[in-house]
Amino acid sequence: MLVNVFARMLCQAHGRAMEPAKGATHVAEIVFRTQDVTKVYGTGEARIYALGGVDLELFAGEIAVLLGPSGSGKSTLLNILGGLDHATSGRVWFRDTELTDLPDRALTKFRRDHVGFVFQFYNLVPSLTARENVQLVTDVSPDPMPAEEALAQVGLTDRMDHFPSEMSGGEQQRVAIARAIAKRPEILLCDEPTGALDSSTGVQVLEVLQDINERFGTTTVIITHNADIQRMAHRVIQFQDGKISSVVINDERLAPSELVW
Amino acid sequence: MQALDRKLLRDFARLWKQALAIALVLACGVAILLTGLGMYTALSETRETYYERNRFADVFVTVNRAPERLAVELAAIDGVWAVETRTTGNTVLDVPGNPRSVTGRILSLPIDGTPRLNVPVLTTGRLPDPTSTTEVMVNANFAIANGFALGDTFSANLNGQKRQLTITGTAQSPEFIYTIGPGALMPDNATFGIIWMPQPAVAAAFDMTGAFNDVSLKLTAGVSRMAIIAEVDRLLDPYGSLGAYGRDLHPSDSFIDAEIAQLRNMASILPPIFFGISAFLVSMVMGRIIMLERSQIGLLKAVGYSNLEVCLHYLMLAGLIAVVAVGIGWGVGGWLARLLAGQYAQYFDFPFLIFRTSPWVYAVSGIAALLTTTLGATQAAIKAARLAPAIAMQPPAPPKFKRSLIDRAMANMRLSQPTVMILRSLFRWPVRSALTTLGLALAVSTIVAPSFFDYALDKIVDSAFYESNRQDAMLVFSHDMPQSVLSTTAALPAVLQTEGQQFHPVILRSGIHEKRTTIQASHPGTDLSRVIDSTGAALDVPPGGVVLTERLAMHLDVGIGDRVAAEFLGGRKETHILTVTGTIAQYFGLGAYMDLDYVNSLLRQSSRISLVNVSLDDAEVLDLHARLKDIPNLVSIVMMSDTRRSFSDTIEQSIGAMNLVYIIIALLITVGVTYNGARIQLSERARELASLRILGFTRAEVSYILFGETLLLSLLAQPLGWWIGAQIANAMANSFSSDLYNMPLVLHPAIFARASFFVLLASFASVMLVRRRLDKQNLVSVMKVRE
Repeated sequence: MLVNVFARMLCQAHGRAMEPAKGATHVAEIVFRTQDVTKVYGTGEARIYALGGVDLELFAGEIAVLLGPSGSGKSTLLNILGGLDHATSGRVWFRDTELTDLPDRALTKFRRDHVGFVFQFYNLVPSLTARENVQLVTDVSPDPMPAEEALAQVGLTDRMDHFPSEMSGGEQQRVAIARAIAKRPEILLCDEPTGALDSSTGVQVLEVLQDINERFGTTTVIITHNADIQRMAHRVIQFQDGKISSVVINDERLAPSELVW
Repeated sequence: MQALDRKLLRDFARLWKQALAIALVLACGVAILLTGLGMYTALSETRETYYERNRFADVFVTVNRAPERLAVELAAIDGVWAVETRTTGNTVLDVPGNPRSVTGRILSLPIDGTPRLNVPVLTTGRLPDPTSTTEVMVNANFAIANGFALGDTFSANLNGQKRQLTITGTAQSPEFIYTIGPGALMPDNATFGIIWMPQPAVAAAFDMTGAFNDVSLKLTAGVSRMAIIAEVDRLLDPYGSLGAYGRDLHPSDSFIDAEIAQLRNMASILPPIFFGISAFLVSMVMGRIIMLERSQIGLLKAVGYSNLEVCLHYLMLAGLIAVVAVGIGWGVGGWLARLLAGQYAQYFDFPFLIFRTSPWVYAVSGIAALLTTTLGATQAAIKAARLAPAIAMQPPAPPKFKRSLIDRAMANMRLSQPTVMILRSLFRWPVRSALTTLGLALAVSTIVAPSFFDYALDKIVDSAFYESNRQDAMLVFSHDMPQSVLSTTAALPAVLQTEGQQFHPVILRSGIHEKRTTIQASHPGTDLSRVIDSTGAALDVPPGGVVLTERLAMHLDVGIGDRVAAEFLGGRKETHILTVTGTIAQYFGLGAYMDLDYVNSLLRQSSRISLVNVSLDDAEVLDLHARLKDIPNLVSIVMMSDTRRSFSDTIEQSIGAMNLVYIIIALLITVGVTYNGARIQLSERARELASLRILGFTRAEVSYILFGETLLLSLLAQPLGWWIGAQIANAMANSFSSDLYNMPLVLHPAIFARASFFVLLASFASVMLVRRRLDKQNLVSVMKVRE
């Protein structure tokens, strides 16, 4: 029920991207689905349950914020969704493809073709300029946009030939976003994208993410432990101790510029 | 260019100092491989071609006087392809403008033109007219050294007759690639020359008409040389044969052979050491790079680069080191080859020595370097490929330290925390510590091993020239002379003292062992040419006995009191049983010594001598030379003072250059190991050390922690390096020892001190270079950097 209401909402929000087939019910596509996913680190007495049975669906075109304290399992789930890690048990689907037992090679291809990552510490290659950091992705993607275009999307046209060490944290994160979107990914997975930034820079970065989401309909998952950010999301998924404690649909979303923390 | 390739090039540019430190070590390996292998193939191929084209003989024999008809019988031996009989002899020359007497080796040229075997290559002019008694051809180097032009003349003492000879041409010969005169230790073209003269003139001069005294034989492929030598000996023994021998005992060829073997050793022993050290350095540096680039590796994988692409990326980074090393190595190798070629040109007389290094040698050295870096980087690259992206993104777990017995011991010793940090890190990475120590020990041994030559040669010169052979000159006669020649020579100008000596070619046998050598017989109490025992005292050989050099005794497997059979070659070819009464350490040749009167009585001959040792008054030496040129039967004068000087000069030059090269190599290894080690320490510990600085440690205290480990390992490496160096020196001494020389192992303490001095100094300098980086580091920024 909840899902159907949300799906209709999304269709209104993204008329262009979500044009439904004639006569069909207005139901948003499920991009990711997990079923009782667990992740255990260590063995014996030192076992740590990072995820303790997570069931979740993520829909095309939504901005989902995963909220929760450190160690609640947000990043672990993000890594599993992004094909960076395997679940200990349970199943994970990306559309019709089950990721659960995909071999390494197939996971690499999945990441290469479908997923864009944004990290808290940007993870730019220090020896490459902004443009080249983006080209790192466009070189291996099947249908990328030009690196310059990706950088223009994040407002960095005039900083393209700067090295990471010559840019501010906000600029570096925008390069990281440009790098993530340059491959025209279906999903953007952002792990604490504003975690290392001050609030005004953080807002700029969130504006870029929202802009990308609106223009390209990219499903965007943002991990944060900053509760204020949840108000820009379509849905807020709350984590506690490796489990989903609540899922809230925002009836009224705020623009990033309206956020304060 | 792809972005990943740009990253590769920029990373390489950023790491250039470390990369260069490794590349230089690797370049040494490439250069030595290129030079050694290149020169080895060039020299051996050139020799083969020269021998083939100029039909260098396979078997040689000298006889007293054999009738010409024997040539037919020799040619009829199954397996003999060609026979060349000649008349040869040594003679004293009087070269205009050269106040010293010169020795010439006269070879007859067949009446019908050029020889069938050992064919000389005409360099300038023409062959002498076969009917002429005054025309000669000389070896080109002799002509150059004495400033001869075609048509110039010099005189020769031909069997007691002084004759004026005219040069019609100059030549080179496969028999005389290494031209060494009788009694000389080094080639000297100014005082020894080869003279080709038409057969009738030589025969007349040496009273050999219808006869010969020298035979060369070329064999057909695949026949047994031993069997043919036995057959030749059977035919020629009645004519005073000194025994047939193969190419392996030919003086010129055996010197080239020794050089070729040395090049082969150089190409096969040294480069692997450099490649090994380089591989270790690459693995150390690449391991660290991958640690530092964990998050980048995670990112590359996150954005879709495959494991293979990541692995290749790091292998290519290491490959770039190989590219630089190969560039430097080829450059230096080319230079070394030219240097070596210059040396060969000085000692070896080839008409067409090709010093072109073939492409496959370049390919081999290049591929070897690439394999080295690839091998060194493989572990790190595989680790990068295997790194799970999710884990790579997280900061690495701190290295695991466990309390052990060592920690308890350190606690009991009440060491300071910085010292504990140093020691704990040593034991935490034992393989790295051990390999670093080994690398530095190899640097030490690189200096130690060849340094012994200097001292060994000093000892040789001391023993050979100041203890045993103290004569100023040796006067060699064409055949044994009566004792009365001593009084004749004593009357010559400048001569202060004369002593006679008899030389007898023999084959010594004991059981299955046998060795061809020369017995030197003298009277008891001689002072100029002495036999020195192990205590340094002069030894008189008792009648009935023979004293052998230790190497000869070892070769024959005999000791004092054992008996050896001595076959006296030439003459009646008698065999006598002799008792070994002593052995002596001697560094030149494989000598055997007997009492002169005993030899005379054994061979039932009147008292006679083959050479006269003299001591001279320097002021009158030129007068002596002027007179010597006119003494009949005198065939050669060996000026021991010249020999001594040229030996010392040559040794000094080559040893000096060699030691310099090895010191440079040791410095490169040391810098390669310590600089990279210290840089890695710095990058691993930057945060830790910055924290300490923030806590109030001084720069010096922090440097102590950082470099204590590297310098401690340098110290530990010293005794190991000394030991390895001594082992290598021992192996080198053995490999250099041959029938020509016996290389003593002299390990003077100064050798070890010098090696340690250079290596410790280089270690310290490398560490100080890294310390400058530490000093420049901004503490706050270091602390902010996320691992």
